[in-house]
Amino acid sequence: MEKSKLSDPFENARLEKGFGEMNDQNDPVTMLLRLKDVRKGAHNWKAFKSGAEPGRIVVPSEVNIRDVRQIPFEVDPPEHKSYRDLVEPWFKRPLEEAYKQKLTGQINEIVDEMLDKESVEVVSDFSLRLQSRALTLLLNTPYEEAETWIGWGTHVFRSEGEALDGDKANILYDYIDDQIDKAITTPGDDLYSKLVTSEVNGKKLTKEEVKGVMILTFAGGRDTVINAVTNSIAYFAEHPESLQRIKNEPEITGKAVEELIRYFAPLTHMGRVVTKDTQVCEHAVKADSRISLCWASANRDASVFENPNEIVLDRKLNPHVSFGFGTHNCLGATHARQIMKILLETLANKVKSIDILDFEENIEDLDQFERKVGYENIHVKFNSY
Amino acid sequence: MAKITFITTDNESITLEGTSGSVMQLAVDNDIPGIDGDCGGVCSCATCHVHVKPEDMEKTGAASEIENDMLELDDNVNEYSRLCCQLEISDALDGVVLQVAERD
Repeated sequence: MEKSKLSDPFENARLEKGFGEMNDQNDPVTMLLRLKDVRKGAHNWKAFKSGAEPGRIVVPSEVNIRDVRQIPFEVDPPEHKSYRDLVEPWFKRPLEEAYKQKLTGQINEIVDEMLDKESVEVVSDFSLRLQSRALTLLLNTPYEEAETWIGWGTHVFRSEGEALDGDKANILYDYIDDQIDKAITTPGDDLYSKLVTSEVNGKKLTKEEVKGVMILTFAGGRDTVINAVTNSIAYFAEHPESLQRIKNEPEITGKAVEELIRYFAPLTHMGRVVTKDTQVCEHAVKADSRISLCWASANRDASVFENPNEIVLDRKLNPHVSFGFGTHNCLGATHARQIMKILLETLANKVKSIDILDFEENIEDLDQFERKVGYENIHVKFNSY
Repeated sequence: MAKITFITTDNESITLEGTSGSVMQLAVDNDIPGIDGDCGGVCSCATCHVHVKPEDMEKTGAASEIENDMLELDDNVNEYSRLCCQLEISDALDGVVLQVAERD
């Protein structure tokens, strides 16, 4: 039962000090580790801002590979609200019946395809493809577009396993530029077209702003969804009884989704820039330095979660922060939840068991901490009923 | 069977009947504006915030510590605030009136 485990490397630091320290490209980060502090930090956008130099609130920092401001992500209130209000209804479309049906069709198809194979590499053969195809629904673009995105591989911003790579990021940025130009020339029903024809505060969105929303949509929902899906497969491989339980008690599926997302915390942390000298956990942080809100640590805070290191499939009170908290909470959460819900239902109905054949873990280096976020690759066999 | 009245932020009054499940689910199933219940009722998203009519607080009871921790960071919190995913429908809730809270 160890292969699917994601341990909690933050426990000692969380209990002893409440914060961790990480050097990232000579722009250090003070990591907040306790749930209450993380929530308060996320809530307090005046002291801890997102509207810094583009790329700086991401850890590792993307300032050297990105000039475009991601929207609404890197904009603070009050301007944030107009942008968020503009995109919010679009990102709630996953609740619509037609959307659910299409997504169910996609997930049924890819699970069926896996069932008869001797070996499946989950990250690239399953999760990346599932994520890319589902993204065509979120963007309302043709299904075939997914093939282009799948072709980029799992690391859009990185060379294989290496640090941030500007050339690779440019592939995505150039692609988005092309798509925006197409939408300007011949608007359709996709997200690009919606954005290029939209106004915020009486002014048409600029190309740069449209690009900012699109980069956020591509980047925010890629590794995160891939990790959530891959980790779920690994978990169910070691816990066939959980798959059986979801089959027998489909009413717990929603709770199971939240619990898996709590435990996996697909995004380890997100940064903010300190606006004035202040303190976190009685530790001084200077203006223009960085803090991060460590969702992964907060989700294992034993002062809030009973048995935090166990997956309790029907956990009833589960105030996790895997989708962030407050103003900037995850725009793609509705889409992500719908993917996970349909994935669990589909697996429970079609898959009897999963065998893990071999795997290589994906370990994040957080300086003082090392955290497993998922797998570089994991080969499994899906067994049908 | 409990009759539960929601007053929307536009001051529309909608009364629904329920027998089981959470008040949030009842509201979502009936498209009460302002009640989203994004997390499905596990007290993680705070998108089901209501203000209980003061005289009905006896029926609903007060929020738990975990619920209060969520609510205290909501700009529209007051002493009658509850996350209605944490209100289980039963006869005891019959007649309660819930004002849907404004969003930050």
